[in-house]
Amino acid sequence: MMSVIVLTLIIFIGSYFAGLLGSLTGLGGGFVIIPLLTLLLHVDIHYAIGASLVSVIATSSGSAAAYVKEGITNIRLGMFLEIATTAGAMVGALIAVYIPTSFIAVIFGIILITSAVMSLRKKAEQIVLEKNKLAETLKLNSSYPTANGTVAYSVKNVGGGFFMMLFAGIISGLLGIGSGALKVLAMDTVMRIPFKVSTTTSNFMIGVTAAASAVVYLQRGYIDPGLSMPVAIGVLLGALSGSKILVHTSSSGWLRWIFAIVVTFLASQMIYNGFMGKI
Amino acid sequence: MSRFKDTDMQAVIGWILRVGVLLSMSIIFIGGLIYLYRHGQATANYHTFKGIPDFVHSAPGIINGIITLRGQAIIQAGIILLIATPVIRVVFSAIGFVLEKDYLYTGITLLVLLIIFASMLSGHAG
Repeated sequence: MMSVIVLTLIIFIGSYFAGLLGSLTGLGGGFVIIPLLTLLLHVDIHYAIGASLVSVIATSSGSAAAYVKEGITNIRLGMFLEIATTAGAMVGALIAVYIPTSFIAVIFGIILITSAVMSLRKKAEQIVLEKNKLAETLKLNSSYPTANGTVAYSVKNVGGGFFMMLFAGIISGLLGIGSGALKVLAMDTVMRIPFKVSTTTSNFMIGVTAAASAVVYLQRGYIDPGLSMPVAIGVLLGALSGSKILVHTSSSGWLRWIFAIVVTFLASQMIYNGFMGKI
Repeated sequence: MSRFKDTDMQAVIGWILRVGVLLSMSIIFIGGLIYLYRHGQATANYHTFKGIPDFVHSAPGIINGIITLRGQAIIQAGIILLIATPVIRVVFSAIGFVLEKDYLYTGITLLVLLIIFASMLSGHAG
């Protein structure tokens, strides 16, 4: 048994580093915060998911504010895909009530490993200019500013991307994470959007997606104020530090590897404890 | 007045998100200080799920808690404002698309709002 003040300080410090790592690697803070709370501090996974969702909204809204102004975010594409992510998030939050917590822990571990592996992929900027009927009707094709002037791009495979977003939404609602890696994957590999656009647009969508499931968790009593407070403040401050560091370092390649190792360890612990019925 | 453009919408959305996060996090921080001051020495137990205290689970309870300066109620109010921030962003996007006379996207944006609203209701029912 710990006193409130000691636990709050531990969670705050842990959340700061979770936010820092999440921002440096682009995976988001939820990935570290949920294992930290459940495995190390023995917090019930429902409370952990609730607190993580709150921190996800804070960080994604904070950074989206900066990105939107730069004009890289594709607002129409984001709005259109938010239909899928919010609907998915609602379903995810609703089924979370009926799924055993040990099963949620196992799914969490699997998604965590998948995302870490995907974050290690080489990212090459791709520009597709092929015309796509649906993308034109939905006005999804756009342009974005680069160092060499404005670059126009087209969007491919709108239906496939939409379907992937539905899945990303369910995972976000079920696990209380931003599932940014899944969103980027949908836009990057399925819709063939330039990497800079897909990361900023994914970030833009994460807040709304998380809000769609947070309204369910809020009413179910999963969002505890005493627990969410240090998590949200810590992760946000960590993410802010992370974005400052990113500006000053050209390569974060080694960092990604360290994070991948940490993440694999956490994920296997989540899966193991899930199977043993300890979560 | 000149026509409302995408760049105007970007500016408005950026502003809403920034103000929403700053305001809600400040409220959460202030509530947190009060909570720790009053309950810092209590023992924490999040090991078993038992929901949240009644006074932070309903709107009247939270309002009453804010008036009586209860830390957890103030934190919860900040959290609700934080959750509302991206939703308010969607509302303003809808207004922006109306001003741009982009009715397809006005519809898409309203659909997103409708889904969030349905989610809110389904959470209430459960």
